[in-house]
Amino acid sequence: MQFSEQWLRTFVDPQLDSDALGHLLTMAGLEVEEAEPAAPAFSGVVVARIVEAEKHPNADKLKLCKVDTGTGELLQIVCGAPNAAAGMKVPCARVGAVLPGDFAIKAAKLRGVESFGMLCSARELGLSEDHGGLYALPEAAPVGRDIRDYLGLDDTLFTIKLTPNRADCLSLEGVAREVAAITGSALRKTEIAPVVPSHDARRAIVLDAPEACPRYCGRILSGVDAKAPTPDWMVTRLARSGIRSISALVDVTNYVMLELGQPLHAFDNTKLQGAIHVRYPREGEQVLLLNEQTVTPAADTLLIADEARALALAGIMGGEDSGITLETSEVFLESAFFAPDAIAGRARTHGFGSDASHRFERGVDFELPRRALERATRLILDICGGEAGPVEEALAADKLPARQPVRLRTARARRVLGIDLDDAAIQSLLERVHLDVRRDGEDFVVTPPSWRFDIEIEVDLVEELARLHGYDNIPAVAPQGGLMMLPSTEHARPVWAARHLLAARGYQEVVNFAFVEEAWERDFCANEDPIRLANPIASQLSVMRSSLIAGLVDTMATNRKRQTERVRVFEVARVFERKADGEPVTGFHQPMRIAGLAAGSVLPEQWGERSRAVDFYDVKADVEALLAPRNLNFVRLSHPALHPGRAASVSLDGRVIGIIGELHPVWVQRYDLGSAPVVFELELDAVLGARMPAYSEISRMPAVVRDLALVVGTDVTAERVIDTLRQAAPAVVREITLFDVYQGKGIESERKSLAFRVSMQDTQRTLEDAEVDAVMAGLVKQAETVLGARLRGAGG
Amino acid sequence: MEHLDQLVQQAAADFAAAADSAQLEQAKARYLGKSGSLTERLKSLGKLDPDARREAGAAINAAKTAIEAALEARRNALREAALLAQLAAEALDVTLPGRGAAPGGLHPVSRTLERIEQLFGSIGFIVADGPEIETDWHNFTALNTPENHPARSMHDTFYLEGQDEVLLRTHTSPVQIRAMQAHVERYKDHDTMPELRVIAPGRVFRVDSDATHSPMFHQAEGLWVGENVSFADLKGVIADFLRKFFETDDLQVRFRPSFFPFTEPSAEIDVAFMSGALEGRWLEIAGCGMVHPNVLRFGGIDPERYTGFAFGMGPDRLTMLRYGVNDLRLFFEGDLRFLSQFR
Repeated sequence: MQFSEQWLRTFVDPQLDSDALGHLLTMAGLEVEEAEPAAPAFSGVVVARIVEAEKHPNADKLKLCKVDTGTGELLQIVCGAPNAAAGMKVPCARVGAVLPGDFAIKAAKLRGVESFGMLCSARELGLSEDHGGLYALPEAAPVGRDIRDYLGLDDTLFTIKLTPNRADCLSLEGVAREVAAITGSALRKTEIAPVVPSHDARRAIVLDAPEACPRYCGRILSGVDAKAPTPDWMVTRLARSGIRSISALVDVTNYVMLELGQPLHAFDNTKLQGAIHVRYPREGEQVLLLNEQTVTPAADTLLIADEARALALAGIMGGEDSGITLETSEVFLESAFFAPDAIAGRARTHGFGSDASHRFERGVDFELPRRALERATRLILDICGGEAGPVEEALAADKLPARQPVRLRTARARRVLGIDLDDAAIQSLLERVHLDVRRDGEDFVVTPPSWRFDIEIEVDLVEELARLHGYDNIPAVAPQGGLMMLPSTEHARPVWAARHLLAARGYQEVVNFAFVEEAWERDFCANEDPIRLANPIASQLSVMRSSLIAGLVDTMATNRKRQTERVRVFEVARVFERKADGEPVTGFHQPMRIAGLAAGSVLPEQWGERSRAVDFYDVKADVEALLAPRNLNFVRLSHPALHPGRAASVSLDGRVIGIIGELHPVWVQRYDLGSAPVVFELELDAVLGARMPAYSEISRMPAVVRDLALVVGTDVTAERVIDTLRQAAPAVVREITLFDVYQGKGIESERKSLAFRVSMQDTQRTLEDAEVDAVMAGLVKQAETVLGARLRGAGG
Repeated sequence: MEHLDQLVQQAAADFAAAADSAQLEQAKARYLGKSGSLTERLKSLGKLDPDARREAGAAINAAKTAIEAALEARRNALREAALLAQLAAEALDVTLPGRGAAPGGLHPVSRTLERIEQLFGSIGFIVADGPEIETDWHNFTALNTPENHPARSMHDTFYLEGQDEVLLRTHTSPVQIRAMQAHVERYKDHDTMPELRVIAPGRVFRVDSDATHSPMFHQAEGLWVGENVSFADLKGVIADFLRKFFETDDLQVRFRPSFFPFTEPSAEIDVAFMSGALEGRWLEIAGCGMVHPNVLRFGGIDPERYTGFAFGMGPDRLTMLRYGVNDLRLFFEGDLRFLSQFR
């Protein structure tokens, strides 16, 4: 809400400058977002009267004016404005004046005639963009008075951001009430005397939904001149509240809303038929609104109707064809209370909001309608003339919001706030904001006024105390608690360990959006039915991702466009899948994953190392390092994102925990990646699982190491050979390590040589050569039998 | 005898003239070899009478010792020279860059989150977590924000197609509810429930995208529930955190009254640095307050017995302030030229 400081000071005028007032509002919970001057800085400009305006002797378009600025002496000023005329009152910058932009006014000669000042347009004073001519001041403007003073330009426009609980401050009177409470300055409320009716025309009002609208006041004003000009003071106050003047009738309703907080609506009384009904809509009923939108209100949207038709959305917006126009002479003025629950959210469902709905859904003082109606009546009669009829008030008193007394235990308040407020201080703070405070034993029993909708339970009073006492006056203390150590487990690692490990292995962490392009889900996950957002921000951010890989591929593409070819990135994030019995949110499985991508050369460009592109096995080592020392199994895998011959599932203890592979060449081409990255994606819970180390005895006996080269078919995996050897290996075989893979000269095509180092050791004794030979022979025999292997160099 | 002295001098001169060990061995042979001049002298001793032999023998042996010493000295000198030559030949250009892999790094916001977890961990906060597709009940209702509550319009919420009861969480506050429920469940058979202190960093979502808003961003929720937790404690913890996080006492912290449905009293937390580019400007970095009794009740905790505070801060904002980043969107664009600055 925006308003003028000068206007506020007509209600309450504390001894504080603008900055201090702004700070006070902010620290009271009425956050000042902006405080801007009403006009730019300038000086030396006064109200002046043009006494004579004659043609310049040497120029057709200039006038030679004699100007009275109240000094007793007429100034000669040359002026080029087309509207300059004798008798006119205008702002005059005298010699020595400084206009906006540091433009100093000096005596000058214009076409041979001396000029002692400048007559100003509104634009030259920075007041508007209007430069059609001199700024014409009212006839009543006092000659010689400083224009800043006369127009009230030394004003600050405050914009405050109100939280939803403080609708009582959505008016000048409301803000003033708050300022008065905090500073102790006197509050001067607008005196509003009831307007005595001068005719008897009235319109009946029926409350069909009294829970939603328990009070509705209306009155007919006849003989009104809707074309009457709005007075300058009102135009200025509205403008400084960010509201453009439209017509006197509209301006008055806006003015009273700003002044008191009561939204009003003015109907053209001649367009109404029979009684006003406040009711819910009938099936299919439509309303054409002031904003020229036709809406079919939902069943729970309250309407204002007459006996013929729906007229307006109650508390939200008036109708186009029952509203006032410049031709209106008979007005039916509405001032009602609509319950917050009956208004809240309704405007939003139709895609708009209004100043009225903003106030009603937060809560408007239910004792205000009649007072506001009298205020608006007075202003309309004063500005537009006319005759007021009697106020018609429909009231369902039992449906007005109840103001229940709230009990405050002072000990509780002290405990929650952590300060020692004594009872007298508590009472005085609460009374400052017009709460009705009574004592009941140790407790206070407090009843809020009709304009407060945020005091229903004890803690609401505790908050009020904190605010009025001042948050700054509550000390910051080091809390005391029972000292308990945090758990520290060896059965899991923190996610930071995984992040730092990948970072140490050259990967940079990225954070990608959880919502992605639908095509990514189709391409990289074969997911034809992704989880779609109902209201995506853009089509390329429309579905929830079920894999982190597409995002990493996109990161690679983005960086490639910026000439970064070597990319190693990872992300730790949730993915989203449908799952009927998902936990903790039914219907969805949303596990954390850790995924990486590596592309380009295996090492950063450097001297002395042959450049080589990163491949499957480089990244496989990273995956193994992430899970070390646990053993993983890799099984060839078909996956929509991956090269069919270069992809594997990753398993740990029999559970598939992820995938690794080279990106499918089709996607490399489609996403313009240049070269194929190797990617992996693993379940984070598996990665973070850890095994507590366990001791096994170290042998003091010497170890025997023998090498074994086996020739097998190319389709036999290394893992299968090792598993097969292990099956035949007695306990003395400690380790079987692959140390070479060879294909080519000396080996038949379709076959490859795998070389293993077999390490043997007994805990109790030195192994005999014969024993070792027997073990090796056993291993070879097993490989021959199971895998069709032969010893390399042994015939065949 | 002069003759022997000359021999020793001659040998020393010959050894010194030897440029390498082969020449030195040849020179040695001339004196100490089978037919070397000193060896010849020794052979000729037999011709002398015993007294003269003893005298001449001693002289010859002294000369031999001197020659051997000269030889050894020269050997050492040559060895040392050879070593020096080898070392000189092996010298490296130590300014050439080191070889091998280069480390990557964490995302700048991750750095912040890790520090948040560490700092709060140091006063006993454990890390909690919650789903990102969240129920409407956890995100709003249990946080004292019933349907149509005006506070719901403060969040522009992403909903899922065909789903009324779930949404993308708009804040990390639903973790409060889940953490309280889990804590209560864990201690349901105990006479007293220990204090609950959790910190819950994570990603949250709002329908908002411009220079200062991202549709996905980070929050870190904190919650402390106990029998005597007060607003003064909240102020103490937050002020302590900010000074430790920014590693300076040169900042001001301000608590400003605000409104959230799930806390009361509520506050916005502003900081102002007393030096640097942002000197004197109040910057909003978190919302906080005392947990609303309704929220404690939804979490299964008796608000009469327990009180608590909660806060939700913006790690993205903290990261921007900490490292001087001026555009939020950089965090989510994956530009390695940007991200690699935080290694």
